[in-house]
Amino acid sequence: MVAIVDYGVGNLFSLKSSLTAIGADVVITSDKEILKTANQIILPGVGAFEDAAKKLRKNGLDKVIKELADGGKPLMGICLGMQLLLDKSYEYGEHDGLGLIKGIVAPIKDDVTSEYKIPHIGWNPLKLNGDSSPIFKYIQDGDCVYFVHSYYAKNCEESIIATAEYGTELTAAIAKNNVFGCQFHPEKSGKVGLNILKAFIDLKEENYADLSGDRFV
Amino acid sequence: MITKRIIPCLDVKDGRVVKGVNFQGLNDVSSPITLAKYYSNCGADELVFYDITASSDGRKLFTDILCETAKSVFIPLTVGGGINDIEDFDRVLNCGADKVSVNSGAIRNPDLIYEAAKLYGDQCVVISADVKRVDGVFRVFAKGGRENTGMEAIEWIKQCVSNGAGEVVLNSIDTDGVKGGFDLEMLDAVCNAVNVPVIASGGAGKIEDFITLFKTLPKVDAGLAASIFHFGEVKISDLKTEMSNTGIPTRIS
Repeated sequence: MVAIVDYGVGNLFSLKSSLTAIGADVVITSDKEILKTANQIILPGVGAFEDAAKKLRKNGLDKVIKELADGGKPLMGICLGMQLLLDKSYEYGEHDGLGLIKGIVAPIKDDVTSEYKIPHIGWNPLKLNGDSSPIFKYIQDGDCVYFVHSYYAKNCEESIIATAEYGTELTAAIAKNNVFGCQFHPEKSGKVGLNILKAFIDLKEENYADLSGDRFV
Repeated sequence: MITKRIIPCLDVKDGRVVKGVNFQGLNDVSSPITLAKYYSNCGADELVFYDITASSDGRKLFTDILCETAKSVFIPLTVGGGINDIEDFDRVLNCGADKVSVNSGAIRNPDLIYEAAKLYGDQCVVISADVKRVDGVFRVFAKGGRENTGMEAIEWIKQCVSNGAGEVVLNSIDTDGVKGGFDLEMLDAVCNAVNVPVIASGGAGKIEDFITLFKTLPKVDAGLAASIFHFGEVKISDLKTEMSNTGIPTRIS
């Protein structure tokens, strides 16, 4: 069973539907005990970093997620959920994240010329880093995924597994051991996205680098 | 490099896609769910569902169909038509819409864009403007293009963007239905006025019209059309192959 963390941020309809479509047993929950029994955990999120970080801390979900991730359970942050995995965000001030992966979150506009529109909205090809990540085992370098964001992860070089070109090399995905983050929306990225989710739910707590399994479509 | 998007628009009335549709291999050509899956498989980058229903029963049916579609189509979905208040935003977002496009609703209530953007983020709010030249000036039209509001279009669109609209759909009434190509002059004026994605609508008749659009106006992010896709006059897979062959950044799925 894969658990989507419900902490009152954003609409989980599409994420749940996409996981159901690839045959996953999905639960949307804020219950710590259910999170503990899940095979994998997905941390979603849209909106502002500060508000999301506060909501995650309010009921102690931050501690549970950190504990479970430290214990080896596969965890994937999506969009703002990925940004929350990092140390800090500079979105309207300075706010602490979960610190599971080293790095910060900063405005795209500071690093690109004004011809690049913000937010970065649309389909952009992924440039996969040399060492293939287990979550990319069913996709290829150059496959397009759907992005919607104005801030991006920086100073996380050692964890970057994919980038996208947008006036600068935007961090598209990060990973450290069993913890993964996608800036783009796999649940809105067609077959490519579904296959990234499929590869993630193939992962086991005891073997998060597992490359076995079957492609979805 | 971000790719140029191709967006089919489905006009839905009482739960069915209006405008005749003629595809080989599709049994139920007026089912929005079937068509949405078909377009998604052909490589459409996004879908627009436009609700032209007038009754509340039809609206409920539209929402149910949106839910069903969002359960099986995993590309961005934009919903327009009948969006007049925050409750309408809620109604369609809860059914899996990613973006909501407002037109007459924003003309009637100028605060709608600001309120929606504050609640759901700029990326969720699309301003759709029906624009026509009147004595050489771009004017905003309301009620499906029937009523001249008297507002100057570029100023109106700039105001919507500064209120929080994260994307602009520009429908040129002058070129709509003519199939002689997009309204490049009008699109250029809008692209130079705002720094959010601009989607061109109205006028596409053939593949070359999209190539001309993206080559002439590299600032335009997407091309939207309805009947030429529905009637099979332009196949999305052919269009995207041609875009890619001419060096336009394109997602080939």
